[in-house]
Amino acid sequence: MLSCGGGSGGCSKEMAVELGDEPHVLAVDDNLIDRKLVERLLKNSSCKVTTAENALRALDYLGLGNDTLEGTVSEVNMIITDYCMPGMTGYELLKKIKESSVLKEVPVVIMSSENIPTRISQCLEEGAKMFMLKPLKQSDVKQLKWHLMKCRN
Amino acid sequence: MDLVQLQRQLVDYRTSLYHEGFLDEQFTQLQSLQDENNPDFVVEVVSLFFKDSERLLNELSKALEQQIIDFKRMDAQVHQLKGSSSSIGAHRVQKLCIVFRNYCEAQNVEGCLKCLQQVKHEYGSIKTKLESMFQVNLGPILYQCSKLVSGIDSPFCFFECQLEQQILNAGGSIPV
Repeated sequence: MLSCGGGSGGCSKEMAVELGDEPHVLAVDDNLIDRKLVERLLKNSSCKVTTAENALRALDYLGLGNDTLEGTVSEVNMIITDYCMPGMTGYELLKKIKESSVLKEVPVVIMSSENIPTRISQCLEEGAKMFMLKPLKQSDVKQLKWHLMKCRN
Repeated sequence: MDLVQLQRQLVDYRTSLYHEGFLDEQFTQLQSLQDENNPDFVVEVVSLFFKDSERLLNELSKALEQQIIDFKRMDAQVHQLKGSSSSIGAHRVQKLCIVFRNYCEAQNVEGCLKCLQQVKHEYGSIKTKLESMFQVNLGPILYQCSKLVSGIDSPFCFFECQLEQQILNAGGSIPV
């Protein structure tokens, strides 16, 4: 099941990648099995994938963390994150990304195993591109990629 | 035993697991993610599930033995187990985790203890069933089998691959 954000906030041209390039997705989830699954699903949709096991590691990777090393920030075309994570939640991660002038245009997708309408609208209002229910299926990810490519073109 | 009989056996076995609610469609999703580039995907994910689940079940047992029970922490662990079991299609385990979480929220020790026993039992069942399917780690043979098999819409045919491997080892050829 997918819930999509409104049409506001298109993708910045800086984030656009040449046609034919594989988009680079950062997948954040504290569950090992889910990380493996989302990685496979994304790779099957021709995406380059980096995984992070929690929000803090994700922020470090994105260059927003306290422990980010100089020159190690990688360009990411999309972030997909679990909602329920210990420490910082996916929602809090979303907020941090949207607060960043560098990263706010990167589409963020939230995943959750729980279908809670208030949670969904909260995430969409905060700027999440999409909300997806777990467990993810290949069709969900294909649809996601289609949206991502559409945004970039 | 001939190939057709073996194929039928496998289909029946697999169907029964779905019928009896041990597995759900998410397991089929997992199988569909396996191909010649990732021939061990299902085994890898399921192995991770076993390892992670056993760790969680141990921690839950320990938690319930404490003088002061940390229900919040237990709930978080059951949530993890629920997530993993849902992701691989271990239907019965997932359903029990939902009940377990309710007991955690209600801080009901008896309920939690009972539930933990049930989860351990169901976990044991699905582990045995999945292990029996993965007896032989086949790698590239699996993909070859899927091409040879007609009438079975899934690359998941370990038993027949085991037979085919035996035939190949004996210098025979696989009937088309």
